Amino acid sequence: MEPLTTTKALVQAAVPGSCLEIIPNGSPSAQESVLVDREHAVAVACFLRDDPRFRMDYASNVSGVDWLDSVTQESVRTKRMIDGVEREIEEIIERKRPGYLEAVYHLYSMELKHGPLVLRLRTEDRAEHCRLPSLTPAWRSAEFQEREIFDLYGIVFDGHPDLRRILMWDEFKDHPMRKDYIEPDDYEYEPTPHDEVLHRAKVHYPARKRT
Amino acid sequence: MIPGSKETVAPAGAGRADTPAFVLRPGSSADGSPAGDQLEISMGPQHPSTHGVFRMDVLLEGERVVRLKPVFGYLHRNHEKIAETASYLAAMPYTDRLDYFCSLTNNWAYALAVEKLAGLEVPLRAEFIRIITAELTRLQNHLCLAGFLLQDMGASGTPLMYAFREREKILDLFESLTGARMMCNYMRFGGCRCDLPAGWLEQAKTLVDNFPRFLDEFEALLNENEILMSRTQGVGVLSPQLAVNAGITGPMLRASGVNYDLRKVDRYGIYDRFTFRIPLGAHGDVYDRYLVRVLEMRESIKILQQALRELPPGPIVDPKAKLRGFRPKAGEAYGRIEGPKGELGFYLISDGSPNPYRYRVRPPSLVNLTVLEDLCLGQHVADVVIILGSVDIVLGEVDR
Repeated sequence: MEPLTTTKALVQAAVPGSCLEIIPNGSPSAQESVLVDREHAVAVACFLRDDPRFRMDYASNVSGVDWLDSVTQESVRTKRMIDGVEREIEEIIERKRPGYLEAVYHLYSMELKHGPLVLRLRTEDRAEHCRLPSLTPAWRSAEFQEREIFDLYGIVFDGHPDLRRILMWDEFKDHPMRKDYIEPDDYEYEPTPHDEVLHRAKVHYPARKRT
Repeated sequence: MIPGSKETVAPAGAGRADTPAFVLRPGSSADGSPAGDQLEISMGPQHPSTHGVFRMDVLLEGERVVRLKPVFGYLHRNHEKIAETASYLAAMPYTDRLDYFCSLTNNWAYALAVEKLAGLEVPLRAEFIRIITAELTRLQNHLCLAGFLLQDMGASGTPLMYAFREREKILDLFESLTGARMMCNYMRFGGCRCDLPAGWLEQAKTLVDNFPRFLDEFEALLNENEILMSRTQGVGVLSPQLAVNAGITGPMLRASGVNYDLRKVDRYGIYDRFTFRIPLGAHGDVYDRYLVRVLEMRESIKILQQALRELPPGPIVDPKAKLRGFRPKAGEAYGRIEGPKGELGFYLISDGSPNPYRYRVRPPSLVNLTVLEDLCLGQHVADVVIILGSVDIVLGEVDR
């Protein structure tokens, strides 16, 4: 398979207006990935699936990733006038990166027997705009896995044929795989609560009447 | 059907070869409830043929299936979240519980992904032991599948017990090697937990040498059995195009005639040292799925014979691999192996801390269920059970 830079150029030539970014991978596995913009994701997916150079006919794995808001600190050396003398001092700059949710697709080719090509899609943020285009129209194998991401991460996949909860029950409210998920203290009924469970469960029991 | 009775008016075109003998009624009523002769039934979750707690919402027209929606999650325990809060090594015993028939291949897939993430080497002896245990796992998984499939077909007990008798011998080997029959927890990052005990190799060689004789008997009883053939041939046909697009892997994909086996494609471990062939099906029906698995057992025996013969001495774990304080560099890796049920993959993201930032299992059972509805549409309700049996699911892995 071609290196990712060639892949990126080929895709951008074939899908005009698409915006791709190569995400480096620091681990020895060296599986780099390509970040695709949301608007052109389906077109890029169909191109990768059908183009004879790629023939990525098999989307093996679809996984959700939750990235929380993070603050990175960088120390920068700057020159400043202090007491009339120019001095070089170290300043710490804080950079805030808003959190987002990611869907990662591992693509392989069964026909040409190569891969993986890792596609990433990112949501705008983690709260109101958790929407991504569904790639199920390109690969059926994403159907259940995208449903699972919708269930556990709360990403809404536009264009998915049957987007329902898949592992949790329908009435469940939250998305348990998110990093900031706090499990409710009463979701498992205990017939005889004791110790800390009793302490937490007290809130949910009505006050006992004295007879 | 009583000939001449008024209810048995054949639908138009029933006798012609190009039209199906059943006619689907146009749609359901406005509120989505079944219309006319349609009957909505819920197969499972406590039905013995669903291989665990698994439910199918089936809409029937007469005895034919017109809609089928799999419902699962009854065993969901958020395995991925548990692994993300535990250290890398502490997730290893949990992988046993995914597909509880094949704990050793689950261990291997996870170890392989971590080894990719951390760049660890595996000593040659450990690679041999991994292949031996993985192929033994494949043997007993396919045996169980054949047994359960026949059980589903109504061959109550006997074929399953034949299969379990042989499986028990393999489980004895697992027990003497790892201490547990099913929850083996045997692989470690960069090798295996312990070396073979005394006499294990001879015991394994005896088992492998005797196994073809059992398979001969098993095949003679079943392969050309008239009931088996009439129940399974032409039932639940999966086309190769749909199989590839829906990400079907393992024996189910190869039964549809697609030559894709990770042991040949990825050549992970040391599979390129051994000679074996990949059995392929021609029709993609339930019978082919059964037969491909039986033939795969024969190929597994070939691998086992070679591996047991050539097993070299040496260390069984990479001395560089640390058990305590294991912190891979920040990055990510996707490792996959050819499990008995299909492609089992682990996707790991490390942020440099002792526990994985993201731990994802790519479960073959779950993805193979994607096409269950396509396989069952238009089939008899009695065949749904066999089709599900031939998909080979384990709910511990589907629900995670």
